[in-house]
Amino acid sequence: MLNTIKQVFRSPRFLIGFIIFALMLLTVIFYPLFVKADPLAMVGNGNFFKPGTYVNVSETVTANRYTLNVDVSGAAKLDRQLNESDRSKMADWLIRFGGVDEAEIDTSDSVALVELWKNNYSPDADQPGLISTDKKSFERLDKRIDEILSSSGIIIATEEEDGTLTESETIDETSYVNINDLATTQTFVLGTDNFGRDVLTELVAATTTSLRIGLIAGLIATAIGLILGLIAGYLGGLVDDIITFITNLFTVIPSFVILILISYSVGQSARGVGLVAMIIGFTSWTWTTRSVRSQVISLRNRDHVNLSKLSGHSMFRIIFTDILPYIASYVVMALILQISSGILAEAQLSMLGLGPATTKTATLGLMMNWAMQYSAHLNGSWWAYFPVILTIALISFSLNLMNTGLDQVFNPQLRD
Amino acid sequence: MSDKKTTGVAPAAPAAPAAAARPSCLRGTGVTKVFGFGETRTVAVDHVDFDFHEGEIISIVGESGSGKTTISKMLLGLISVTEGQIDFQGKPRDISSHKKKNEYWKGIQAIFQDPFSSFNMFNKIDAVLLDCINMRGGKNLPKEEKVRLMTEACSFVNLKYAELTNKYPFELSGGQMQRLMIARIFLLKPKILLADEPTSMIDACSRATILDMLLKLRDEINMTIIFITHDIGLAYYISDSVYIMEHGKFVESGGADEVILTPKADYTKRLISDVPKIYEEWDLSTV
Ligand SMILES: Nc1ncnc2c1ncn2[C@@H]1O[C@H](COP(=O)(O)OP(=O)(O)OP(=O)(O)O)[C@@H](O)[C@H]1O
Ligand SMILES: [Mg+2]
Repeated sequence: MLNTIKQVFRSPRFLIGFIIFALMLLTVIFYPLFVKADPLAMVGNGNFFKPGTYVNVSETVTANRYTLNVDVSGAAKLDRQLNESDRSKMADWLIRFGGVDEAEIDTSDSVALVELWKNNYSPDADQPGLISTDKKSFERLDKRIDEILSSSGIIIATEEEDGTLTESETIDETSYVNINDLATTQTFVLGTDNFGRDVLTELVAATTTSLRIGLIAGLIATAIGLILGLIAGYLGGLVDDIITFITNLFTVIPSFVILILISYSVGQSARGVGLVAMIIGFTSWTWTTRSVRSQVISLRNRDHVNLSKLSGHSMFRIIFTDILPYIASYVVMALILQISSGILAEAQLSMLGLGPATTKTATLGLMMNWAMQYSAHLNGSWWAYFPVILTIALISFSLNLMNTGLDQVFNPQLRD
Repeated sequence: MSDKKTTGVAPAAPAAPAAAARPSCLRGTGVTKVFGFGETRTVAVDHVDFDFHEGEIISIVGESGSGKTTISKMLLGLISVTEGQIDFQGKPRDISSHKKKNEYWKGIQAIFQDPFSSFNMFNKIDAVLLDCINMRGGKNLPKEEKVRLMTEACSFVNLKYAELTNKYPFELSGGQMQRLMIARIFLLKPKILLADEPTSMIDACSRATILDMLLKLRDEINMTIIFITHDIGLAYYISDSVYIMEHGKFVESGGADEVILTPKADYTKRLISDVPKIYEEWDLSTV
C-alpha cells in the first residue's frame, strides 16, 4: 500500500497534476481566510473595471506630499501621457480636416505632433462625416492636451461662506504621494465584472463551488456506476441483462441532452447548486457501470475468487475483499475523471443558462455566462472571462494528468 | 457400473485389489456442460459417466481444451451442471443454497493450476490459513492453538510458519505458494481433493515435492485425490485409475496399468506415443 503510493508519486505526470491541483485547492481554502469580503458584493459602480489598484482621489489631495525631481515637463510628459491611439486619432483628424500632408506627420515625435495639432485644430472647423460624439471626443482630446501643456499645476479652492472660491493651495507637477500613506486603496487583481464585483474573490468562490459540484456529481456517478457494475458483473444472468439494457439505453441518448432536459424541466427556481450537481451525477454513471462490469466479469472467474467461494465466504465478503480491492485503483481513476467531467458539465449547462440559478453563489460556469451576457469578450474585458477559462482548463488538465499518471502505475499491475 | 453407455469406455475398474470394497464417493451419470447458445454454443463436457472411490488417486488426462477444468469446476460446484447427475457419498448432491454449498465444500476442496492467481494478493498468508481453521469450526480456539495448527500445517509442506507470518502470498515463489495451498488442504482435511494441473506452472524440482506431498495426504488422511493433468506419464506415476478425456468425452478409463500399458482407444495410444517422441527430439538436438 505504502509502496504503491510512493510509486504513484514517482510518476512525473501524476506529480505535476497533483501539484497544480493541490495549489488550487490550497488557494481555495486559504484565500477566504485572508479576504473576508462577500465574494458577490458589488463594489464597483459600473461594469468591467480594469485590473489594478484604485486610489481614493480626495485622499491623494490631503495626504502628505513629497517633491520628486523627476523630469515631468515638455517632451517626456507628452510622450508619457499621449498614448498610441491618441496620436493616431490626432493624425487622422489632421489629415482629414486639417489639410495637413500625411508625409509631414510623425506620430513618434509627440512635440511636433502637438505643435501641428495646436496650429491646425479647431473645434469649429468643418468636419464632414463626423457625428457629434466623435466631434466631442476630439474636443476632449484637445482639452487634455491643453492640460498637459499647462504647467501651472492644479488649483485647490475652498468655498467661503458667501459662495466665493478662494485658492487654498496648488498641486504642482513635482508633487507625489506615497501609496503607502493612503489609507483607502482598493486592488482588483483581476478587475471587476459586469456587476462591479471583484473578479478574483468571485473566482475563488466560484472555483470552490465548482469543485464541490464536481465532487458531488463524481461521487454520485461513481457510486451508481460501481454498484450497478458490481451487481451486473458478479451476478450475471438476468440481472446483468437488465442492467446492461438500462445502461445501453442511457448511453444511446447523449447524456448531455438528458442533462439539458432534466435541468430545464426542474425549473429555474428549484435549480440550486446541490440539485445541479445531483442531476449531473445521475446522468453520467453509464461508462463507469460498463467498465466496472467488464472488470468484474474478468475477475469473477479468477481462481482467487473460486478459492474464496470454496472457503465458504458470502457473496458480500467476496465482492468486498476479493473483487473491490482489485478494481479500487480503477475506481479512483474513474472518480477523478467523473469529477473533472462534472465540472465541465456544470460550465456547459451554466453557459446555456441552465446551470444553478442563484444570486448567492458563483460557479465557474455562471461567471462565464455573466461575462458572455455582458459581452465581455466583445468589449475587451478579458479579465472577466479569461481567468475563468484558465481555471477550468487547469482543473481538468491537472485531474487528467493525475489520471494518466495513475494509469501508468496501475495498469501494468492490472494486466498481469 | 455396467450401465455405462458411452462407446469405447470400459468400466472404471479399481486398480488395487482391495479397491472393490471401497465405497464410491463421487459418481456422475450423463454429466454435461454447455457454454453459450446459438453460434457460440460449446459443449465443453459431453455426457460423461464416472465413479470415484474413496482413498484412490484418480487422474483425468486430456489435451488442452478437452474440458478438464470444466468438469473439475462442475465437481466443485463452482459452475452449474447443464445436464446429468452427480452423487456425493452415495446420495444425490444438493448444493441449492449457500449453506448446503458450504457443507459440501467441507468435503471437497481444490488446488488450482496457477498459484500466482490462486491467492487474493491483498490478504496476508495468516488470513488464508485462519480461514481454514474457522471453516473447520475452530473459530473460538485460543490464539496459541491456532498458531500451533498453522505451524503444523506449514511444516507438513516444509514451510516455516514463523517466516511466513505477516507476509503476502505474492512474496513467495510459485512452488512455495503451491505448497501453501497444500497446507490449506491439510488444515481443511476434505474427503476429496481436486487438483487441477497443480504442477504445470512450476519447475520440475518443486513438481516432485508437490506430488510427494499429495501422496502423503492420501496416505495420512485417506484422501481421495482427483488429479487433472495433460501429462499421461505423470498420471501413470501417481494414480490408481485413469480417465482419458477427448473433446469433452471420456474415451477410455480403468486402472492406471491397464489403460496405459494396454491402451485401447486411438486417442490414448497417441497420447502415450507422444511422450517418448518428445524425449527423442530432445536427444537429437543435444547431440
Ligand atoms: N466460461 C466459458 N465460456 C465459454 N466457453 C468455455 C468457458 N470455459 C471453458 N470453455 C470452453 O470449454 C472448452 C473446455 O475448456 P477447459 O477449460 O475445460 O479445457 P481444459 O481441458 O481445462 O484445457 P487446459 O488444459 O488448457 O486447461 C474449451 O473449448 C473452452 O473454450
Ligand atoms: Mg484447464
